[in-house]
Amino acid sequence: MFSCGTSVVPSLEPILLKHGNDAGQLLQILTDVQQAFGYIPPEAVNRIAAHLNIPLARIRGVASFYSFLKLEPHGEYRLLFSDNITDRMLGNQSLLDEMCRQLWLQPGKVSEDGLVSIGLTSCTGMCDQGPAMLVNGRVITRLTPQRVREIGDLVRRRIPLEDWPAEYFVVEDNIHRAGPLLSNPFTPGDALRAALGMGEAEIVDAIKRSGLRGRGGAGFSTGLKWAACQQAPGSEKYVVCNADEGEPGTFKDRVLLTRQANWMFEGMTVCALAIGAGRGYLYLRGEYRYLLEPLQDVLQQRREAGLLGRDILGHAGFDFDIEIHLGAGAYVCGEESALIESLEGKRGIPRNRPPFPVTHGYRQQPTAVNNVETFCSAALALAMGVDNFRAMGTEKSSGSKLISVSGDCARPGIYEYPFGVSVQEVLDDCGAVNTLAVQISGPSGICIGPNEFNRKLGFEDLPTAGAFMVFDDSRDMFEVARNFVHFFAHESCGFCTPCRVGTSMLKQTMDKIAEGHGTRHDLAEVENLDLVLQTTSHCGLGRTACNPVLHTLKHFRPAYESKLKSLDFEPAFDLDGALARARRMTGRDDAGAHLKAEDV
Amino acid sequence: MSEKKKLRVATTSLAGCFGCHMSFLDIDERLFPLLDLIEFDRSPLTDIKHCGPCDIGIVEGGICNAENVHVLREFRKSCKILIAVGACAINGGLPAQRNHLDLGSCLTEVYLTEPGLAHGGIPNDPELPLPLDKVHPLHEVVKVDYFIPGCPPSGDAIWKFLTELLAGKTPELGHGLIKYD
Repeated sequence: MFSCGTSVVPSLEPILLKHGNDAGQLLQILTDVQQAFGYIPPEAVNRIAAHLNIPLARIRGVASFYSFLKLEPHGEYRLLFSDNITDRMLGNQSLLDEMCRQLWLQPGKVSEDGLVSIGLTSCTGMCDQGPAMLVNGRVITRLTPQRVREIGDLVRRRIPLEDWPAEYFVVEDNIHRAGPLLSNPFTPGDALRAALGMGEAEIVDAIKRSGLRGRGGAGFSTGLKWAACQQAPGSEKYVVCNADEGEPGTFKDRVLLTRQANWMFEGMTVCALAIGAGRGYLYLRGEYRYLLEPLQDVLQQRREAGLLGRDILGHAGFDFDIEIHLGAGAYVCGEESALIESLEGKRGIPRNRPPFPVTHGYRQQPTAVNNVETFCSAALALAMGVDNFRAMGTEKSSGSKLISVSGDCARPGIYEYPFGVSVQEVLDDCGAVNTLAVQISGPSGICIGPNEFNRKLGFEDLPTAGAFMVFDDSRDMFEVARNFVHFFAHESCGFCTPCRVGTSMLKQTMDKIAEGHGTRHDLAEVENLDLVLQTTSHCGLGRTACNPVLHTLKHFRPAYESKLKSLDFEPAFDLDGALARARRMTGRDDAGAHLKAEDV
Repeated sequence: MSEKKKLRVATTSLAGCFGCHMSFLDIDERLFPLLDLIEFDRSPLTDIKHCGPCDIGIVEGGICNAENVHVLREFRKSCKILIAVGACAINGGLPAQRNHLDLGSCLTEVYLTEPGLAHGGIPNDPELPLPLDKVHPLHEVVKVDYFIPGCPPSGDAIWKFLTELLAGKTPELGHGLIKYD
């Protein structure tokens, strides 16, 4: 797998050929190069630039944007610990320390012999079976000190990843409550046959009547989106399924991709029929790389069953096929226009909107981008009849919703409910006791306290993309918010200044408070920063980055205030300590060589 | 007609180049109407060495050594309103370019290994302020009330900012006057 030092050029040709020598496939090409060499060697960058006739800067720009791509070697084994708050609560930090001790290594450094590096990565979507880690992109769940020691040993003995014990890589579905989506009785083709009996406009109309709203969080009407796409002029139209499930605490798409992939592809195909698309893309987050082959198998089965390809179900002229693209560790690509940029092989920077993807999407053509669960639900609505679908849930939120429950509860996992279920009901079902707070829909969502547990999940009250993280009364909500603030600072794409600088400043201020240097002035500064982020950021990432702090400040202000020093102002660093180096260099220790803390 | 009490203003340059002060002087003849409204306390213009109680403190430059810290603290204690002026005061600016180098190796290279100054030894006279390991912007050491960005901010920007402040308004520089270079 690792042929560092030898010429990389011969192995590049097949990769470039596989992707049709197309610069639009740059991200997929780089992902394959990374897979082949463990990193993207300089010779490969030069060669790809010459071959695709694009500037070196474009390649380096793309490679440096995605956290799973590396332009320098980072060890034969790259160990990345998932660092969502749920991983923290399960003790990932002590496991990371243990791994570092085992391998005599500091986080972020590559070992002298080039064998291994250890670091952190954002939520890997394994919150119900953490702490989790990625080894060369492959996910390992349920880490224990014992497992960490074994892994350290396997690394030291240079055992190839393929020969590691299979149980490390087991990902459980943990379905605790199934509904019409997870236990649907239909066979592949049912929804498509129902759709083929209608006209294009009728399909869109049926989806509108079903009341289906996007399951990715924003809740836009799926029927309206498809209608807009259908009516938009364009030489070619596209269907894109957003499986870049990056919101910390969300893992329901992972289970749908595992259990209901066929049904999801069915939904995409129905959409293609409705809007007149010939090509579809599934954008799969890099963390779910292990699902790539099973998903490709499902696609192949569908082709063989006449559900994909040319003249689908014998319907002359209905041609549609689906390709899978891999993400490479960038949360912002979950935003639909950033996802499209990424599909086009660029840095995942959100576009200006309008124009919206329904008119100017992939390659500037009309594109319907929907979440995995939305496509499954659309297929379900057609198969079961839109009136039956509409009868589930509430008036403005029809159908059922998958909830990813994690954190302090007896039974973390997947729960499917009709919309309108109360937070308390979910808490009771998952066996949560002494609950202090629930983070709904991930860090960019809402944090609520016990006085709001009677609120209902649905677009009328608590909209959710599916994350449901439970915190009991032993947790410090300030630390929860600080973890989320670190997440946003790490995931900011860097395009707009308010978000790039604002999220970092927010992080520094939260760290300052955590280290005991915080004052009331800093709390005011946090609120001020939140306002700047909310009002001036380019996209939703910056606008929602302050939510964790705003919500926890609202509900758990004492968690912040108890950490403040009762001073008007305190520097973020130790002033006297900052002179230590100069004292050592000059040999001085007189009074002038020290800075005392100010008496206030 | 009883004359309105003049506001006291102190200014200083810390780890800066006095460019912001020069820019301040670029308000030219408007200095005269300004002097109807204010009087200077500690400032390079008056050569007063320590700050008395003031209404406004204007600080140019970042914090690179122990003396900077003392002066800045004196300003913060003495001035009701503290204004950070220019890139160095706000971000560390040019002096902060040394932040990615180790202070020890800087001193070694300048005073021990580089030809010219070499073999004089690293100065250790107690009269000299010790350098901090990193250069910091003002707001990391004390609370700062207002920021005027620019390298330097123009005389017009400083004039507009001060006259609005003196008139009791929250200063707004807006497009054209607010510059980061």
